[in-house]
Amino acid sequence: MTAEGSLVLVIDAAIVLVAFLNLLCGYRAVRGPTVPDRVVALDAIATNVVAIAVLFAIKTGRGLFVIVSLVLAIIAFLSTVAVAKFITDGDIIVSHE
Amino acid sequence: MIESTPIRTWIVIGFVVVGTFFLTVGTIGLLRLPNVYNRMHATSKPATIGTVAIFLAGFVYFGPGGAGLSSLIGIVFLFLTVPTGAHMISRAAEQIGVPFLGSVTWPGKSDDEQENSR
Repeated sequence: MTAEGSLVLVIDAAIVLVAFLNLLCGYRAVRGPTVPDRVVALDAIATNVVAIAVLFAIKTGRGLFVIVSLVLAIIAFLSTVAVAKFITDGDIIVSHE
Repeated sequence: MIESTPIRTWIVIGFVVVGTFFLTVGTIGLLRLPNVYNRMHATSKPATIGTVAIFLAGFVYFGPGGAGLSSLIGIVFLFLTVPTGAHMISRAAEQIGVPFLGSVTWPGKSDDEQENSR
């Protein structure tokens, strides 16, 4: 069962707008003066992609894409933590001996 | 899936509009603010609120149970992980020496120094 009427119009407009916002975040990811700037921009892109996945789930009426957005959120969090740890320690997997 | 009534459609539209507005605010903050810490503030708070509003739209659309419940789990997950990630990036930025803006200091060491000099 798909969305109909004015709802599908609003959701299409929202998907296009959020995709454009992703493009603007990509500007900061390319031009950002420091490395944490780029990480923050990529984190914002990941959050926007989570929103796009939920909007797509509403548009098509398939609840599976909500699970897809959950997985995308998990991957965004893991990558953010990994890059922060890499910047701090210069190493991600530290072996304690 | 529950049947779509006009009021539910309007609630979903309202949540989607609010969420898109907050995502726009977060992206404008990411582009316009001067410092990495200020940009982090812009992307963590409004982008989280916007995504949570869109998750709430999904909860209203899919109803309680199934995908709607997954939307609520997504809200809890975002509120747990986004502040944690922003905190770790800000700590990493302070450790590699990204300068602060104006008279801003890192909380902790400089506060103790000010108390000692008093």
